[in-house]
Formats: sequence, C-alpha cells, structure tokens
Amino acid sequence: MNPASASTARDRRLLHLDPRSGELRDRYVRDLEHLVRPGDVVVVNDAATLPASFAGRTADGKALEVRLAGANEDGTWSAALLGPGDWRQRTEDRPAPPALPAGTHIAFGPGLSARVTAVSSLSPRLVTLAFASAGSTLWSALYRLGRPVQYSYLRAPLALWDVQTFFASRPWAFEPASAGLALSARAMDGLRGAGAIVASVTHAAGLSSTGDPAIDAALPLPERYDVPAATALAVLAARARGGRVLAVGTTVVRALEGAAADGGGRLEAGTGWTAIRIDAGFHPRIVDALFTGLHQRGETHFELLRAFAPDEALKAALDHAGHEGYLSHEFGDAMVVI
Amino acid sequence: MEIRRRGVLVTGASRGLGAALSRALAREGARVVLMARGSGDLEKVVADIRREGGEAHGLVADIGAKDDIYRIAGAAAALVGALDLVVHNASTLGPTPLKPLLDTECEDLVRVLDVNLVGPFRLTKAVAGGMAVRGRGLVVNVTSDASISAYPTWGAYGVSKAALDHLARIWAAELAESGVRFLTVDPGEMDTVMHADAMPEADRTTLADPAAVADRIVDIVRHAEQIPSGARIEAASWRRALEQAS
Repeated sequence: MNPASASTARDRRLLHLDPRSGELRDRYVRDLEHLVRPGDVVVVNDAATLPASFAGRTADGKALEVRLAGANEDGTWSAALLGPGDWRQRTEDRPAPPALPAGTHIAFGPGLSARVTAVSSLSPRLVTLAFASAGSTLWSALYRLGRPVQYSYLRAPLALWDVQTFFASRPWAFEPASAGLALSARAMDGLRGAGAIVASVTHAAGLSSTGDPAIDAALPLPERYDVPAATALAVLAARARGGRVLAVGTTVVRALEGAAADGGGRLEAGTGWTAIRIDAGFHPRIVDALFTGLHQRGETHFELLRAFAPDEALKAALDHAGHEGYLSHEFGDAMVVI
Repeated sequence: MEIRRRGVLVTGASRGLGAALSRALAREGARVVLMARGSGDLEKVVADIRREGGEAHGLVADIGAKDDIYRIAGAAAALVGALDLVVHNASTLGPTPLKPLLDTECEDLVRVLDVNLVGPFRLTKAVAGGMAVRGRGLVVNVTSDASISAYPTWGAYGVSKAALDHLARIWAAELAESGVRFLTVDPGEMDTVMHADAMPEADRTTLADPAAVADRIVDIVRHAEQIPSGARIEAASWRRALEQAS
C-alpha cells in the first residue's frame, strides 16, 4: 500500500452520473454493485503496469530519462525522452533531453542498453528503441532497472506493486490503467453477486504526458489491444439480450471500440493496434457505460467522457466533484457514467 | 487442465523436483518459466529443455524477497503470456542440520516463513486475480508430511508448510466460483539435495526419483478439475483416493 495515496486507506468515493437525467449521486466504489443489472458485462483491462521509466546515459555521458511508450510488432519500442530529473519535478519543468540522432546508444545499467533506430517526425523527443538483449535477459533487466512512471503530486515514489490492479496479468501498460486500481476483489465479487459478468481485455495504456506539447497533443499513440474470444462473446451476448457493457477505464473503451472499428463495426476477438480517438463526436458502438478515475488527464480524458454524457451534465459533475473534494488523480476517487 | 501452450511458472526450478517438473511440463508443450535464486544450475535446466524442443525461460529471483514478486509475475507473463499454472515448489529448511525449536533463532523462523509461506502468498496474490478474471488457472503448492506430523527438529519448516496447506484451502474457498483452483501436493520423500541436507543418513535407495514424482504431478495437473479445489493430496496415492471418493 502506497503511503502517498491517501485514498487507498479509505473507501474510494464514487460520483454517479446518470447521463440521461443528468442526476448526480455521491456514492462509494463499493456501491457499484447496486448500479449494475443482471446480464450487464463489466469489462476490465488486465494489463499489468511496466516499470517504464529508465535513467539512461549516452556514450558521451549525457544523462536523460527514457519512458517506454509502446511495444512495436517488430520487437522495437517507442519511447519518450525526458531531461534528467526525479519524480518530484513535473515533466513540463524538466530540462530538455539531449537530441539523440538515430544510431545513438543509450546505457541504462548492467545488462541493459539500447540503440535509437528512428526519430519521430512529431518530435525529436519521441524515438524508436532497439534493446541489445531479448527474452528473459531483457525482461529481467527491464524489471531490475526500470521504475514505474512517477507522479509529482504524490508524497513518495511509487513501487511496482502500487501501480498494479489486483487482476494484472501481462505487462503491457506504460502507466497504470488507473480505473482498475479503484476496484477491489470484494467489489468485483459484489458485481458478480449482482448478476453482472466480469470480462477482460488487455490494453497497452500509454503515457499520460511527456512534457513535450507536440507529443502530448498526439496522445494517445497507437496502443496494442487484445480482446479474448470469451470477452467478445460475453459482450455480444449481453448486447443481444439488452444488457449493458460497462467499461472499467478509458483504456477498455479504446480496446473495445478500437477492435470494433478494426472489425468494420463488429466486435471480433483478436489483437491489434489502435489509435482511435474518442471524443464528443464519437458514437460508441460497444460500450454503454463508463467507470473511470477522476484523474486530471487533461483534454484527452474529458474529450473521451463527452462520448458518454452531454457536455452540460459532465461539466456539472466535474464541478460537483471539485466542490465536494473528490480526489482527482490516478490514485484518487472515481466516477461512473451509467 | 490442458497443459499445451499454457503459461507456467515453477519456483525452485534449478534442481530436484522443480527442475524435473519443469522438464515434464515442457515436454507436454507448456511454455515454462523457471525461477530460482542462482543462475548456474537454472541455465543448465533451461538449455536442456530447449535442446529437447521445449520452451523454457529462466528468471533469477528470491521468492522470499518482497521486491522480486511483481518483477517475476510481470517478466513471466511477458515471456509466456498470462500464467495459467503456478507451482510453488521453492522452499527452505532453514539452517541445517535441523535444530530443535529451543535452539531455533527467531530470525531463522522468519526467513523460513518468508520463503515457504509469505513468498507463495505474495506471488499468488500477484497472479490469481488475473486468473479469476480470465476464469481459469491452477496454483499448486508443494508440501511435505512435515506439515501434518510434528517431527522434532522440523519446526520452522513444518509450521510453514502447515500454514501453506491451510492458505490453499482458504484461497480455494474464496475463489470457489472463479475457475481458479488450488491444490496442495505432498510429493513424498525424494532423492534430492534438500532431502540430503535434512537427513544425510537416509538410505537413498529408498527415496523416489524426482523425475517419477514430476510425472505424477503432471498427471495431477491434467486431472485438476476432477480434484476438489483446496485438496491436499499425496502424489503417490491420489488416484486411489479419487477413485474411492467417487
């Protein structure tokens, strides 16, 4: 348990917004079971969170932070470069990282080094990396030398276990898919007890911010998703009998809607990469309701919420949350639009 | 359960039963992650399995070290996919020759509990939630008759295994509806380094070959759905017990 997150020690609050009436109710996350109906499907993102942040050094001694941002099909990684500094500094206050042309070698510590194979046209701070090792050698080194991406608003650095949901499996996420952090095993038992079906996707939640306006404006970068056959079946069966699909977190929305977009409008099981942007103009085809953190993800997060509720209702909800002292960050309180 | 193509993690996999079980599971087509504290023997077993055409990956870690748990769970799932089977085989006797409780240092008891009980709890906690969401998974604890019989000088080890046995029963009760199963397997006395450390005077010809016991445990894994979750079974006689029960 992370001492930095006050809300882990207490019941997390849950702001319930009914998108049709605009009605708001102050609840707790444990009340979620009273908001689902038998036959609804609750979909979580089971991606574990990688230790995606690495202190690196170039051959000529320049220090920088490398944040892994995406795993590519060919074994290379997308990464954002930040200037040296620690978690206490906001990313936007960091010095600029050194420019690293393709071919630059970065050393991260014993047993881990990488080469810059490409520099993005978006920003010189977004690069493609090829690590020198593979398999268990690489993964041991990543876990030995990496740290979870940190948040300057916390009082202490986060350990690896602080950023895992209790149902975390494959380490695909670069920052925690934080809505799931608010769910306990007891809460999930409650959902099942209320007749809901719990299903999972794996979605590679990307970085929330890099401190580089050019990159941040392009977020989310293409993210890998996997929709298992059992989940696709559960979702389709629920929709066929009038049940609702409740996404736990915006990454679940991106996985399900991205997969449906890739399937020509029909949700099909499988894995792929999606760069889908969900905003006010987006009409969700699969997801009916959203459970999400109140974290300050800037425009992207608010834009995504607009696909699920009218602007006025959303603004009223966020004003209410602010007024009532809801904690709005990755480890804070939650909101459900259902 | 189906073993082929499934992601498996075996702790204490560099020698003895853990190495034999990793080999046997890989032979059945499992994608096996082998974990052990030292890399030398571990890499040999990994190389052996690969030479036979199996999939194996070695991770060096200490199940008794809190910092290692999520690293292991994460790296293992990155290498072989979401884990469907975890075998808690690693364990420590504590200092040998074994000592009476009055001579046992408190710190030694704590270390034995860290490795044999708290470590498996932590690792199970790191993987069983994902198993429950997927609706399937099996956790196997390797135990000993010292968890039931109060053998003098086996105090720290015996109490750690007794607690581990009961922990599996509670896991099984809590996750009864989830599709995740828990089994505790007593492999019986085997001809291993650990046995020699504990009982150097034993007649080795009376001890079972770990490879033969590993085959029995693979058989148990294959039939896991037929055994009540949380059950404590003996590798040598579980089939007979199952037939009598049914």
